Formats: sequence, structure tokens, C-alpha cells
Amino acid sequence: MPAVQETVERVKRIDVDQYRYGFETLIDSEKAPKGLSEEIVKFISQKKNEPAWMLQWRLEAYRRWLTMTEPTWARVDYPKIDFQDLYYYAAPKPKKTVTSLDEIDPEILKTYEKLGIPLREVAMLEGVEPKPGEQDPAQRKIAVDAVFDSVSVATTFKAELKKAGVIFMPISEAIREHPELVQKYLGSVVPTSDNFYATLNSAVFSDGSFVYVPPGVRCPMELSTYFRINERNTGQFERTLIIADKGSYVSYLEGCTAPQRDENQLHAAVVELVAHDDAEIKYSTVQNWYPGNSEGKGGIYNFVTKRGDCRGANSKISWTQVETGSAITWKYPSCILRGDNSRGEFYSIAISNGFQQVDSGTKMIHLGKNTSSRIISKGIAAGKSQNTYRGLVTAHRKATGARNFTACDSLLIGDKCGAHTVPYIEAKNSSATFEHEATTSKISEDVLFYCIQRGLSQEEAVGLVVNGFVKDVLQQLPMEFAVEAQKLISISLEGSVG
Amino acid sequence: MALLEVKDLKVRVEEREILHGLTLTVNEGEVHAIMGPNGSGKSTLSHVIAGKPGYEVTDGQILFRGEDLLEMDPDERAAKGVFLAFQYPVEIPGVATMTFLRTALNAQRKARGESEYSTPDFLKKVREVSKSLNIPQDMLKRGVNVGFSGGEKKRNEVLQMALFEPSLCILDEMDSGLDIDALRIAADGVNALRSPKRAMVVITHYQRLLNYIVPDFVHVMSRGRVVKSGGKDLALELEASGYTQFEDAA
Repeated sequence: MPAVQETVERVKRIDVDQYRYGFETLIDSEKAPKGLSEEIVKFISQKKNEPAWMLQWRLEAYRRWLTMTEPTWARVDYPKIDFQDLYYYAAPKPKKTVTSLDEIDPEILKTYEKLGIPLREVAMLEGVEPKPGEQDPAQRKIAVDAVFDSVSVATTFKAELKKAGVIFMPISEAIREHPELVQKYLGSVVPTSDNFYATLNSAVFSDGSFVYVPPGVRCPMELSTYFRINERNTGQFERTLIIADKGSYVSYLEGCTAPQRDENQLHAAVVELVAHDDAEIKYSTVQNWYPGNSEGKGGIYNFVTKRGDCRGANSKISWTQVETGSAITWKYPSCILRGDNSRGEFYSIAISNGFQQVDSGTKMIHLGKNTSSRIISKGIAAGKSQNTYRGLVTAHRKATGARNFTACDSLLIGDKCGAHTVPYIEAKNSSATFEHEATTSKISEDVLFYCIQRGLSQEEAVGLVVNGFVKDVLQQLPMEFAVEAQKLISISLEGSVG
Repeated sequence: MALLEVKDLKVRVEEREILHGLTLTVNEGEVHAIMGPNGSGKSTLSHVIAGKPGYEVTDGQILFRGEDLLEMDPDERAAKGVFLAFQYPVEIPGVATMTFLRTALNAQRKARGESEYSTPDFLKKVREVSKSLNIPQDMLKRGVNVGFSGGEKKRNEVLQMALFEPSLCILDEMDSGLDIDALRIAADGVNALRSPKRAMVVITHYQRLLNYIVPDFVHVMSRGRVVKSGGKDLALELEASGYTQFEDAA
């Protein structure tokens, strides 16, 4: 049987139901009743002891949301979501404020263990400090803000970050402790009226991370969040806000896996980044949510709004994502290049298999002078999946000297999948330079046979070729994450070729 | 026991029979040349021995040290010591040659139940071998065959042969696309690998290559069969008189 045909056969046989991370954690949860109303919004706000202005903000978003309709332009197909049939709030029952690892629910810790990503940070949490000056990547510090279901259960490293003046905490806490910052920036990049899902998020967001890096500070460690969706039928509405003040730098890592579900789970996160003059934000994501079973049932619906605002001159925002999970992905991490000489980057690996549908890409909006952007997108489609890159590059009338380079490469495994590239390019001034390159290729039988003749199994051969294909993007990830991402790609390919 | 025994092999590609009962025996230490005109089935033979998909064996046997090769997956065959040097080595962008070599070598060793090479041991071995083949270190850092010249690609094949230490090397049209200097370097590399424990099957259209890699036996293929076998002089005879005389014999 030709190798590609064999791959196709194997893909058919994948038992997606054996999804590695499909398990449940039994912890008491406290949820709001099903459905969405002003009462539910008030319930959420009250649960979080929010100030009145926050409740007001949510209610305005909710009222706005009622007037909006779901977007249908993406190349994804799914049954209509009944928004009144979902829970909008679930939280582990609060015991008390957590200050150390011992106080975290052991069930939750076990969950992390099963993920095969035992908290690398456990050692750090337990106070095992690397020797001063040591820069072994495995020992580099990562601060975790663990989000379990909807509530952050542990925020670590606070002390050290505090010394540097960095604020890293659950956004629910930030609302109480730093209202002036939250009020100033929340919704300033993704306004409450932005789009259907972002507006929904604004009304009901549960929790997420808040980061503020003061002027001139280089954040002393990578900031990291692992989160998983755990409660049956619970919509997960993350809200993350990161502000890099003048001349500061921060790298933020986001990674997640979710347990198996029969019902589809809705996820509508919003991430806002603000970079002031000379500041840089690097935001990396590895996403591995439940993709659905072999019939295409279940799986996460992932409707995310991620946007960065290069507000100051010479600022830089870089998005790197590795997307392997979710039944539906609708996600366009974007950059508004407002400051002169600001720079936006988007590096993406999107792997789809089984019946997954991915419609992802970016928007680079050039407003300031001499702004530049770079887009490297690698889409890999296997099984019966559909993988679309959708990107917008636009230069405003005043964005003289704007430059963009875009390269979109797609790799097909088998002949039942599809890869699509939908670029939108608008230049409103004559000095803009936009370059766009796109390729689509099939994984070649000859290449596979060459590798197999040298002793690699079919699976290893596909893994090797795909890892080569995505190398440009993997290199953009922080070292700790690159290793994990490479493993994840291999794991998802294990699934894709048997 | 012979290293390789091909017995009355019949092979089809998409309903068309290419090999019509081919027989060939190769012992350890021997170098066999297989010559023949285009379309005589030379490359098909090499592909079937290596296990390339797309060929249907309808009759006959291929035994490797007495084991049925056709029952093995291509990667198992590689681990057992079957190596095919490709006529057109493929490019694998983004995969450094060094990474590829190490992954492949360790995969073979693992399949044989041997320990994997440590990084320093592996690097040492690669440096040694590549130096003897005149392969610059920076070539090993580039993607597999990406941007390599014809000569570099073939040298990379010989490098792998030297690293993997197979007991059977099949060289498929190694001379195609090489100028004389590149050919000499590649052939020197191959000659250095000749050993009483290793056999080679050299597939070529032209006698030229056999000036550099001197065979013990020469077989002439025509229309899917071996029509004549002899010593190295047979190649010279062919060069003088051409293949047409065998067209009728087949």
C-alpha cells in the first residue's frame, strides 16, 4: 500500500476517544444555574466580590451582546450553540486563600500530574532555587498562575516579582487591588462591543491573568499559565490583560489541555496586550484541547479574541502559537501598530486532524509610520480536517513606510483534508511594502520512503518531516516551551498516523 | 548461505508486469553490477528489494540471509542491513542533516536491540566519516540535501552508507547527474566501504561507473530478466557492442 494511502487508513482508525488527557477531576464545584441573564452576570460579579464599576461594565457588555449575532464568515461548520443551555460560572469551592502548594486541592495537583506536564515549577514552588547565575534552561524560572476551571487557585512567585515591581495575579484580584490599572486598560484593546464572542466574554468572564510590568523593567522570569476546562458544560471565559510600560519586556506562556467531553464546550477567551514606548511583549501559546472523537463529536469550540496594541513608539508585540486541539478554532491574534516604528509578529503552527476545523490567522493593522510586521504561518491538515489561514494586513493612510512580510505554508497529509489561505491586503498609501508568499504541498511519498529506508518508522518519518516543516516557528518559542511543543506535535502525529 | 537470493521474481506496477521472473544470488563480499537499457527493470528491482510501496510482487521470493525480505517493512529491512543509495535523493527542508543521520542511525540500532549512540560518540563518528569523504561540516548543518549539488547529494548517500554500515548496499544509478570529479569522489567513498562482510549491487546504465567501482560480476538485464551474466569484462563488451544484441535474447 502506498505510504500516503496507509497514513490515510491509519488516520481513519485513530481512536480519538483514547484522547490522552481525557479524564475528570472530582472536586466539588460551585456553579451558577444554566443560562445567561442579567441575574447571572450579577451572580458572577458578586461571587468575585467585584466593585460596582466592574458589574456595570459587565452589564453594559451583556446588554450589547443581546443585540449582536454570531459571526458566520469563518470556514467552520457546527451546530447552532444554545447559549441558554450553558453554565457560565463554575469554581472549585474556595477553602481559603492559597499561599503554598500544600494548600492546593490534591485532586488539582493530580490533574497536572496526569497531564504529563507535572508542574515543572513544583521544585520552584517548594523553594528549590537554582544557584545564582545559573542559566540552565531547565532551571530557568517560570511563574505559574494556575487557572483551574474558572478560578486561579495558585499564584506563585509573587514575592520575587513584587521586588521587580511586576504585578502578576488573577485578574479578579487585580480588579480589587489595582482598580486604577484595570479600569484604564481593560477593554482598551478589545472594546466590549468588538465582536459577538468578545462581548460575551466581557459580560461573563470568569478569571484570567493580569500582568503589569513597570517602566524600564525586564520581567525576571517567564510568566506562565496552564489551564484546563473541567466542568461539564461550562463555558470557559478567560480574560487576560498584559501591560508592558515604557521600555519594559515580558514573555508570557500560555498552555492548556482539556479532558474529554461528550457535549461541546464553548471557550471564548479575550487577551489584551498593551505595549508602551520601547516595550516588548512576547506571547506564546500551546493549545491542546480535546478535538472531538473519531466521529467528530464533542471537542472544544474555541472562539478567541487576542489582540495586542503597540501603543508606543518602537514597541514590539510577538504572538507565537502552536494549535493542535479543539474541534473548532476561530482565532486571530492581531497587532495594532499604532506607535511609529513599532513591530508586530505572528508565528503559527496549526495542526488539524480527524474532523477538526481551524480558521486562524492574524491581523496586522499598520497605523504608525515605519511600522513593520512579519507573519509566518504553518498549517498542517490530516484526516478529514479543514485548515484555513485567514489574514489581514492593512496600512492606514498615515502609515508611511509600512512593511509586511507574510509566508503561509500548508502541508496536507492524505487526500480527505483541506488547506485554505485567505489573505486580505489593503494599502492606503503608496509607500507601503507588502510581500505575500503562500505554498501548499502534500507530504511526499518519496520523502517518506527515503526516511523509512533509512530505518525510521512511518510515524517517525512523518514526525520528522513535519517538525522540519514547522521549524521556523518552533524556533520562536521560548526554549522550555519549544521542547514541549515539539513533543506535542509528535503526540498529535502519533494520533494522526496510528 | 547467500546474503541475497532473488528467486524467479515477478513484479507488477499498476497491472503491468515489469519483472518477469528475475533470479540473482549475491554473497557476502561480492560486488555485482546490473546493467541494462532504460526500462529494463533495474530500478524496479532495487525498489522492490528496499520495499518501496507501489510494487506488487506476484511470484517469486527475496531472501536475505535466508529470511523472507518481502514479509518485512522497509524500516525493518534497513535495520537488518539493506541500504539503498537513491538515484535522486530527496530534500527534507528544516531537518538538519546531522539530526537526520542521528535519528536514522539510532532508529536502526534500537530496532536491532542495540544501545543508542550518545551525542559525543555520534559526533565523533560523523566527523571521522565525513572527513574521509571530503564533506564539509557546514553541509551537515544544512537541511537534508537542501541546496546540495548533485555531487553533494551522492556523497551524502555514501556518508550514510558509511555510518549505517549495512551488509547490502544497492547503488541505484549513482553516476547520474555527476561530473567526472564528483563521480570519482563518490566512487572512492564506495570503494573504501568494500569489505568481505559487505556486498554491493551497483545499478548503472553506463560502463563508465564500473571503471571506478570494479565489479566481481556483471549482469545484463533486458525486459525484466537477467539475460546474461559474466565477469567484469562483460561490461566492456557491452560498451563496445551496445544493448541491442540482448533485446532479441529477451
